[in-house]
Amino acid sequence: MAEQKGLGAHLGSHLRENGMLVALVAIVALFSILLQVQPQPVNFLQPQNITNIFLQNGHVIILALGMLLVIVAGHIDLSVGSVAAFTGAVAAWLTVKVGLPFYIVIPLTLVVGGIIGAVQGYWVAFWRIPSFIVTLAGMMVFRGATMWLLGGQNIGPFPKGFQALSNGFIPDLTGIGRPHGLTLIVIAIAIGLQFWLGFRARARDAEFGIEPEPTGLFWGRNLIIAGATAFVGWQLAQFRGLPNVMVVLAVLTAIYAFFTENTVTGRRIYALGGNEKAAKLSGIRTDRLVFLCFVNMGVLAALAGMIVTARLNSATPKAGVGFELDAIASVFIGGASMTGGSGKIVGVVIGALIMGVMNMGMSILGIGIDYQQVIKGLVLLVAVIFDVYNKNK
Amino acid sequence: MTRTLLEMRGIGKTFPGVRALDRVNLTVEEGEIHAICGENGAGKSTLMKVLSGVYPHGSYEGEIHYDGAVLENRSIRDSEHKGIIIIHQELALVPLLSIAENLFLGNEVAQGGVINWPKAFKQTEQLLKKVGLSEVPTTQVGKLGVGKQQLIEIAKALAKDVRLLILDEPTAALQENDSQKLLDLMLELKAQGVTQIIISHKLNEISRVADRITVIRDGSTVSTMDKHEITEDRIIRDMVGRDMAHRYPDRVSNPGEVLLEVSGWNVWHPEQVGRQVIKDAGFTVRKGEIVGIAGLMGSGRTELAMSLFGRSYGRDITGTALMNGKPADTSSVTRAVDAGLAYVTEDRKVLGLILEEPIVRNTTLANLPGVSNGGVLDKRRETEVAERYRKAMAIRTPSVQQKVVNLSGGNQQKVVLAKWLFTEPEVLILDEPTRGIDVGAKFEIYTIMNDLAAQGRGIVMISSEMPELLGMCDRIYVMNEGRILGELSKEEASQERIMALIIRDNGQKKDNEGEAA
Repeated sequence: MAEQKGLGAHLGSHLRENGMLVALVAIVALFSILLQVQPQPVNFLQPQNITNIFLQNGHVIILALGMLLVIVAGHIDLSVGSVAAFTGAVAAWLTVKVGLPFYIVIPLTLVVGGIIGAVQGYWVAFWRIPSFIVTLAGMMVFRGATMWLLGGQNIGPFPKGFQALSNGFIPDLTGIGRPHGLTLIVIAIAIGLQFWLGFRARARDAEFGIEPEPTGLFWGRNLIIAGATAFVGWQLAQFRGLPNVMVVLAVLTAIYAFFTENTVTGRRIYALGGNEKAAKLSGIRTDRLVFLCFVNMGVLAALAGMIVTARLNSATPKAGVGFELDAIASVFIGGASMTGGSGKIVGVVIGALIMGVMNMGMSILGIGIDYQQVIKGLVLLVAVIFDVYNKNK
Repeated sequence: MTRTLLEMRGIGKTFPGVRALDRVNLTVEEGEIHAICGENGAGKSTLMKVLSGVYPHGSYEGEIHYDGAVLENRSIRDSEHKGIIIIHQELALVPLLSIAENLFLGNEVAQGGVINWPKAFKQTEQLLKKVGLSEVPTTQVGKLGVGKQQLIEIAKALAKDVRLLILDEPTAALQENDSQKLLDLMLELKAQGVTQIIISHKLNEISRVADRITVIRDGSTVSTMDKHEITEDRIIRDMVGRDMAHRYPDRVSNPGEVLLEVSGWNVWHPEQVGRQVIKDAGFTVRKGEIVGIAGLMGSGRTELAMSLFGRSYGRDITGTALMNGKPADTSSVTRAVDAGLAYVTEDRKVLGLILEEPIVRNTTLANLPGVSNGGVLDKRRETEVAERYRKAMAIRTPSVQQKVVNLSGGNQQKVVLAKWLFTEPEVLILDEPTRGIDVGAKFEIYTIMNDLAAQGRGIVMISSEMPELLGMCDRIYVMNEGRILGELSKEEASQERIMALIIRDNGQKKDNEGEAA
């Protein structure tokens, strides 16, 4: 059993994970205050804003989930913005021009995304063409393909079923109406789950001789998260309930967190990124794993593309520009290593949320797009400098 | 007549939580070769970093007197100006640049920032001649062997008017004959008046070139002895602080039936078309047997092992491998592992470990299905496995959650071994299992090998250190130029006979070439 170290020492060794959370809370607090003290006070944390943070940034989180795997494997995917635009256009074309129902369009588009990922992954994994090059080419190719498919015009609007993908909210099966009953139930379950998983992990740490988190910190952290979740849930329930996108995000985040930490394949991706040669000599088929990471990225890009298209209610040739950069920035703000082999799903989601909160906060404050870009760039730089500094210390 | 060139007095250096040096004294006479011995982590390299200015004046305690004056280096550049030049274990050459470019890197033959190439080439040729090389100055350094690269490093030091040359384990990566060349060069430089400090694990080399030896243990000077006092036993005793009556653990050898039989094994070079790396090689391993493969670097030992282990090296591989008398499929690493093979690489940092991951993850890497159900990891079982191997192999670490990058070389090697033992192999191929680890850890690795043999596993041991092969193996195969020249039993084998086989083979080959011409 490891001896109990002090709070300070523990914080030092887990600075990154807790620091991310603190940063997110601090940024939210900062904007809340800034918006309160301006001439016409605005409540930053009003239900509509909270809903919008998830609606407007859902695609970034989804892309970042896939991007984390690609980056952990030691690669990069610059094409996701164009692929999202192209798959969005495909979905729009299938829905509007061909007239297929959404329950056929959605899986079909995901398959298209998977195929695109497979083609790019094939060159990267089996031909060892640098992923930067392959996906840079993909970025141009699929941007062009999007324009071609759309003929330079927007396609839309969509029937309700397809729109519900991004604009829909979960139905209130309890019939309470407002506050939204089912939302409250789901949030309550989520909080319960959070504590259950927390205690289980804690018990396991103790058993494995991993130095346990100081009790105060454990409670503090979990209460903050639970409080935030409860607050968000209550606010959402006051509005229209849980957005569908948020359900998709929560489920995907849970799946990917489990996949990266608890499955053989997930573990092998980290091993491949940590030392490809050693992984290969340990019997791991590294090329196949890289291929799968890209296929996965393609599928998620298609999902993100459809959500964005559904939200805008039209597929446009300019959709998805810069998505890849938002996703990559989220992954690095979230603490992934540039050389591969490390990075956590939870970190990436928080990273994406930090970007999202900043986007929204600055927009409401009326800060120009020019300053917004500068500030976002600096945040990315500071986060990574912080990482490198910590590592060298 | 001798004059003291360097005197380090009461040197102390503390890192956070570690007292790396504690009152070390070192006196080096002008014109001598002074050897520094000590186990890994004893503080040799730290001491040399203090001397060469890597740790600037003020960050350590004690005094350094050099050439009659107090030495207070603020940087490596400072010490280089005074003629103190250190050649690190990891070579600091730029592989894609030419010899000439490397020799004068940071010290270019230039006027006003413009390089005078004709002059640089001329000087390069002179320097190369001094170290016994005849390469063209424009040759890319990366295309030279490690032995020649080491000589280039020395030439680079000579280009800077070296007075005190420090060599940190210069022969660690070198083959027997390259090592000999390097040692000869050291003696030659000594004759020219260059004072040298050599850090080495190889006691036979030290006794060959050194005039005096200082032994360091746990950050303090233990003893300094003159040439006539030097004996291997005494050095070892001072290094480890105890008598090592037996450098190799006792073992009762009791070989059973044949486990692995390889025959007619041919391998071609993966890139160079038409170059055959392994030619019609064959060997057998029995249950409970330790079989050695001796040979010079480049003789194809590693290539033979890696081509056998899942075709990890080479192309167009032909030949048969029988496990327990039945043909074994070794066409991929996974299949080779399933067939009961394991290969412990010679390069544990590059090919063996994921340095930034903890011990537990490295231990289970080659057999993740063994700690999972339906693709989902059982972390409890995984930790139990890692703990089991930590105990069985005495891996020194506070926890199996420790990143392997923080372990010493010997403990890292144990983690690589643990990884492969967890695949339950019948035959283990160990490639240079004791490279770069200290005497105490070597003994532990030997003991583990003996235990494995006693459990009925077959062990193939590839090593460049002949005494180690002679001390450990039941039989030794001798390889040269991709062929297995012969097989010597424990009784027949001696360093002389092994070398004789290789040299005779090289001689015959030259004769044949002569006839062909």
